[in-house]
Amino acid sequence: MAYIQLPEGAVGMRGLMAFRPHLAPHLGAFTEGILCIEEGLTKAEREIIGMFVSKLNDCQLCEGVHGAVAACYLADNEALIEQIKEDYENAPISDKLKALLSIAASVQKGGKHVSESQISKARELGATDIEIHDTVIIAATFCFFNRYIDGMGIAAIEDPEVFRQRGKMIAEGLGYAPKK
Amino acid sequence: MPHISLPDHLPGITGLLEFSQDTATPIRDLTQILLRGESSLTQGERELIATIVSHNNECIFCTSAHTAAADLLLGETETCEMVKHDLDNAPVSEKMKTLLTIAKMVQKSGKSVTPEAIANAKAQGATDMEIHDTVLIAALFCLYNRYVDGLASVTPADPSFYQYLGERIVNHGYTRLPQGYDHLKKS
Repeated sequence: MAYIQLPEGAVGMRGLMAFRPHLAPHLGAFTEGILCIEEGLTKAEREIIGMFVSKLNDCQLCEGVHGAVAACYLADNEALIEQIKEDYENAPISDKLKALLSIAASVQKGGKHVSESQISKARELGATDIEIHDTVIIAATFCFFNRYIDGMGIAAIEDPEVFRQRGKMIAEGLGYAPKK
Repeated sequence: MPHISLPDHLPGITGLLEFSQDTATPIRDLTQILLRGESSLTQGERELIATIVSHNNECIFCTSAHTAAADLLLGETETCEMVKHDLDNAPVSEKMKTLLTIAKMVQKSGKSVTPEAIANAKAQGATDMEIHDTVLIAALFCLYNRYVDGLASVTPADPSFYQYLGERIVNHGYTRLPQGYDHLKKS
C-alpha cells in the first residue's frame, strides 16, 4: 500500500500523477523528450536503458513497463529483453549499446562511477556526444522515477499482461505526455 | 574535463541544460514548482532537502550551489552545515528531521524508505503532500547529481561562483534566464 493517500483507481505512476496533477504535464513532457525520439538512439534502445537501470534499482514496476515498451518496438521480442536483463554482454545487441549500458550501470551506482575508459570505449564503437548524453540522462531519470515510485511505496504489479497492455499503449502512440 | 563537449562558460548543470534545451524546459519547470512553488515547506527547507541528498551523493557542484541557496534563504550558514554533518542535532524542527531522514533514505534507493520513517514523519505532523514532495525532491536530486557527475561537467573551485549561483536560484529561480547565458562568456 502506498505511504500516502492517493486517488483511488489509478495504479502505478498514474496514482502519483493524479495526486499532484499540475506536475504531470512537466514530468510527462520530460519523459517523452528523452524516450520518444529517434535521433541518435532508437526508441527501443532508450527504453532498454530505462528498463535496465530500473532492474538494477530493483524497481519492478518500471522494469516491467519499460521492458514491455521496448519489446513492442522490437516486434514483441520479449526473449531478447529477458536476455538483456540477465546478461546484456552476451545478448544479441550492438556493441555500441553494450558500451552504453555499461555507462548506464555506472550512473545507477552514482555519477562519479562513470569512467573515462567507459566513455572512450563507447566512442570507439561510434557513440556520439548526444548518444552519450542521452544515455546518462535516461539512466539518471530512471534513478529518479524508480526512487519516486518505491519511495512512495507504490505497489508492484504481478500480472505481466498489465505491463504488455500498458507497454503497447505507450509504444503505439500514447507516449508519456498527458494527452488533451 | 567533461565527457562531452559543453560550453566553457557554463560549468555544472547549466551547460548540460543548454546542451539539451528541449529536455531542459520541462525539468526546469518541474524544479521551479517543487522548490519555489506554493508549499507548506519553506523554500529554505526544500533547499535543505536538495542539499542533503546532493551531499550524500557526493556531488560537490550541487551541494555547493544548494548550500549557498539554503544559506541565503535561511539567513545563516549553521543550519545547513549541521543538516549535512549532524542531522540529529541540527537546529531544525522535529518534523523537518523526519523528512530529511526520508530524503537520506531516498538517496540510497526508493526501497530504503521504511514504513517506520513515514510513520515518524506523520507523527511529527508531516502531511501527505509534504512527504510526497520530500520524496520527489530527493529523487529529483538523485537525477541532477548523476547528470552533473555522470557527464563530468566542470565543478568550479572558486566559492564566489556558488555565491553567485545561489543568488541566481534564490532571486530568479530554476527557469532559464530570459536573456540566455551569453553574457557570462569571458571576453
